[in-house]
Amino acid sequence: MTIPIFDSPIARRLKDVKNIVIVLAGKGGVGKSSVSTQLALTLHNTQNARVGILDIDLTGPSIPRMLGLDGSEVHQSAEGWVPVYADGTERRLACMSVGFLLKRRGDSVVWRGPKKNAMIRQFLSDVRWGALDYLIIDTPPGTSDEHLSLMEHLAPLHSRLSSIIVTTPQAVALADAMKCLSFTRNVNLPVIGLIENMSGYVCPCCGEISNVFSTGGGEAMAMRENLRFLGALPVDTELVTLLDNEETPAMDEGQSVVPDGVPPSPETGQFPLLNRYKQTPSFTLFQAMVEKVLPALPVS
Amino acid sequence: MIEVQHAPSIPNPPSIPSNAPSIAHELAGKSDACSGCANQEIWTGSCAPPHSLRMNDIKRKILVLSGKGGVGKSTFTAQLGWAFAADEHKQTGIMDVDICGPSIPTILGLTREEIHSSASGWSPVYVQDNLCAMSVGFMLPSSHDAIMWRGPKKNGLIAQFLKDVDWGSLDYLVIDTPQAQSGIDGAVLITTPQEVALQDVRREIDFCRKVGIRIIGLVENMAGFVCPGCKNTSQIFKPSTGGAKRLAEEMNIELLGSVPLDPRIGKSADYGVSFMDEYPDSPATTAYLDIIDRISAILDQK
Repeated sequence: MTIPIFDSPIARRLKDVKNIVIVLAGKGGVGKSSVSTQLALTLHNTQNARVGILDIDLTGPSIPRMLGLDGSEVHQSAEGWVPVYADGTERRLACMSVGFLLKRRGDSVVWRGPKKNAMIRQFLSDVRWGALDYLIIDTPPGTSDEHLSLMEHLAPLHSRLSSIIVTTPQAVALADAMKCLSFTRNVNLPVIGLIENMSGYVCPCCGEISNVFSTGGGEAMAMRENLRFLGALPVDTELVTLLDNEETPAMDEGQSVVPDGVPPSPETGQFPLLNRYKQTPSFTLFQAMVEKVLPALPVS
Repeated sequence: MIEVQHAPSIPNPPSIPSNAPSIAHELAGKSDACSGCANQEIWTGSCAPPHSLRMNDIKRKILVLSGKGGVGKSTFTAQLGWAFAADEHKQTGIMDVDICGPSIPTILGLTREEIHSSASGWSPVYVQDNLCAMSVGFMLPSSHDAIMWRGPKKNGLIAQFLKDVDWGSLDYLVIDTPQAQSGIDGAVLITTPQEVALQDVRREIDFCRKVGIRIIGLVENMAGFVCPGCKNTSQIFKPSTGGAKRLAEEMNIELLGSVPLDPRIGKSADYGVSFMDEYPDSPATTAYLDIIDRISAILDQK
C-alpha cells in the first residue's frame, strides 16, 4: 500500500481507480464522446473490467444519449452520488454526466468558470464509483476551464493519468489537435496515442470510399510528433445510428420513463447496447486500438 | 512551464442536500434546502454579462451559433460572409472570438496575416475589397500552442477585442461566437441531423430565449451524402429523431434549409478558398445560396 502524497477528498474517492484515461480533442464534433463510449464498451467486453465513464462536457453532454441513458436520474446516498449503470444489473459500466442533472433535455447550462470548477470537483469527489479498472473522462472541446480544473483536481493521482487525443483528418481539426498536444505537454499529461476519426466513408450502395473529411492527416501528425498512432476509424453509419438512437425512447417533457436510474433492459444481466455494438464494423477496428492502448497504460 | 493557475479556493462542498433543486432550475442556490450550503454562492452567480460592442456603424449584426462543435459553424460563417460580399456595394465583416480553436483564419486563407493597430484601434484583415475579418487567431502567439486560460482571462481578451476593433462602417457583421449579445439583429443556428447534435441546439435555443436573442432560423448541415461513384444519396448522420425539420417544428423556429455533405466543402475550408465560388454547380452551393437569400429576406423584413 502506498500512501498518497496529497490527501484530498478526490484522492480518497478515487483511491480504488486503477487507470484514469482522459479523452481530448481540440475541435468539437470530431467524435470524442463516440470514442469514449466505444472505449468503455470495448474495455467492458474484452477485459471483464469495471469501467466508469465521466462526462465533463458541461454545456453539451452527449454520453447519456450514446449509452441510451437519456432521462436517467442520479440518486443520492449516504456515501455520495450513485452513478447510472449502463449495463443494468451487471454494474460494470458506471456513468456520470451533467446531463443527468438537467431537468429537461433542452435546458441550457450557461456557467462561468467557478461554477464549472465546482461541478467538476463534485463529480470527482462525490460520485460513488467504487473500485474501477478504468475511469474514462470525456472532456469538452478545447483547452479551457474544464481541462485546467480537471488537471488541478487530479494532480494527486498523476501517476495513474493518461490521455488519448481524437482528431479528424482536416487541417482545421489537426491544428486544434496540435494545441491539445501542446496542452498535454504543458501539464505533463502522458499521451497514449492519437486516433483519426471520420477517416473516409464507405458508400452503402457501391462500396466506394469517399474521403469526406480527407484522410491520413492524423497518422502524419502522429509520425511528426512522435506519438503512437492508434488507428483510423472510418465513418460508420451503423455506429452513428446505434449511438444516436438508443432503446430508451425520446423523452417527452415531464414524463419519466426510467424508474430508479436503472435503464430499461428487459433481460437482466444482458447488455443489448454492447451486443449491438459488437455487430458494427467499428468494433473490430476499435478492439485492435484497445490492444495498443492497454500496454501503454501507466498501471497494468 | 506549467501555466495552470490556481483557481480562487472555494471551500470544499458538503454533499448536496437531497431536496436541493436541480442545478439548472431557477431556484438553484435559492431554495431553503440550499441555505447554508457552501456551494450556494456558485449557483446564484449571474450569467456572463453581455459585452458592449463598438459597433455603432454596423447596420446588421448576425450571430452564428451551434450547440455542438464540428457541425460547420465557422464554414457557414465564412460562406455567409462571402455571399454578402458578392454584392460589391456592401461592406461585410466576419468576427471570430474562439480562443481555443479559431478556424476562421484558415477558412478565409488568412493564416499568415497579422493585425495592425492604428490610433483608432485594431484594423481587421481584408480578404477582398469589401470583406474583412477579425479573429482572435491573429493575436495568438503561435498556432501550435494551446491557450490555457480560465474564464476571466478569456472574457478580458474578448471584451477588449470587441471594444478595440475598428470596424469602420459595415453593412453586415457575421459573428462566429456566442459572447457578443448586445445589439444583435438575430442568430442563425447550425446543426447536423443526429439527435446528439440536436440536443445541443435545443440548449442553444433555450439560451437565446433566456438572453433575448431573436432566432432567424435553423440550418441543417451534412444532411445526406452524394457518392461521387454511384451518385446515390445516403445518410451519414441519420436523422433518427426527425432531424432539424422536426426540431424546428417542435421549437417553433424556421428551418432555413438543409445542406448536403460535399467533401469539397471541407477541402475548400482547409485551403482557404470560397467553396461556392469554386464549385457553383454543387447541390450544396444551391442550398447555401437559398439559405442565405432567406436570411437576407428575414433581416430586411424587420
